[in-house]
Amino acid sequence: MLRNSSQQYGWLSILFHWFSAVIVIGMFALGWWMVDLNYYSPWYTDAPHYHKSVGILLIALTTARIAWKVSQTSPEAIGNKWEKKGAKVAHVLLYLLIFTMFFSGYLISTADNRGIEVFNWFTLDSIGRLFEDQADTAGLVHEYLAYTLIGLASLHALAAFKHHFINNDTTLVRMLTLKQQKEQK
Amino acid sequence: MRRSLLAFGLFALLTSKVFAADYVVDTTGAHASINFKIQHLGYSWLTGRFNTFDGKFSYDPVKPEASTISVNINTDSVDSNHAERDKHIRSEDFLYVKKYPTANFVSTKVESLGGERLKIFGNLTLHGITKPIIIMAEKIGEGKDPWGGYRAGFSGTTRIAMADYGIMTNLGPASTHVELMLNLEGVKQ
Repeated sequence: MLRNSSQQYGWLSILFHWFSAVIVIGMFALGWWMVDLNYYSPWYTDAPHYHKSVGILLIALTTARIAWKVSQTSPEAIGNKWEKKGAKVAHVLLYLLIFTMFFSGYLISTADNRGIEVFNWFTLDSIGRLFEDQADTAGLVHEYLAYTLIGLASLHALAAFKHHFINNDTTLVRMLTLKQQKEQK
Repeated sequence: MRRSLLAFGLFALLTSKVFAADYVVDTTGAHASINFKIQHLGYSWLTGRFNTFDGKFSYDPVKPEASTISVNINTDSVDSNHAERDKHIRSEDFLYVKKYPTANFVSTKVESLGGERLKIFGNLTLHGITKPIIIMAEKIGEGKDPWGGYRAGFSGTTRIAMADYGIMTNLGPASTHVELMLNLEGVKQ
């Protein structure tokens, strides 16, 4: 089952979701660790290189993911009215945060017209310096939005656990397995 | 009348010789720069500069020991031609520009070394710490400019230990000191 149905996520959506989850959490951990690396650490240049490379590939992945999502139906949210509304808002915010993380990160590294090397594979060109103190301002935005993103993602995970363990509904399971779930309620 | 006029003229001539002239560093036309260099791993020199600063000096070619100079630097204008590195230099690890937005040098004594060479003693305040330093300077030239002004220009170098100024980030054994190179052209006021 490639595509989503009104009850179930298709496997491509499931892959997109978990792949993104692993990358976002990994990027947060990597970013958090690498900013305090000692100048003589062997990772001093490699860690930011991987962080930037993965970040740019993540945005390509996320663009494809959103295109895939809007091209078809999504399973209906389960819960009361405000839960559904809240979930919708949180999901949109998560996407927005991923994009803002990309832009702010990009603006740090490209403030001096240097492009970003992606895994020695291709270079994403700089669009130049767009505003005063670009690297510093974008750096602060990048930092605070990273905490926001991880905070919201944690809330997202807690909500999934709440659905699974307290409401006993299929919200979490349908993002984990392709097995057709029985109708709830 | 004639005599007093002559005396006045003579006085004016003398005073212009005796009293040092005041100059303002030409940052408007950017005929001045404050540069630094530090070794990278001991393999090469990394250079950079501060883009925003101002300064003034007084100078009398007849009496160079009477010269004074002061320079203020906006530390957040540091520019080493690499946005990520500059961001790092501005951070708490180095200049901590949010807390210490300015650095300055104020001369306390000037010695003439003969020729156009000067030894400038003074205090450098950087990263919130003030320490005496010596700048070895040289007058490059002075004279009228083509636009009705009068200019004098100097070049000076000094070397400071980052640790003296409380900048403790370890860049390796070859990179503990920073050399500063100042090129200052002043316009007579």
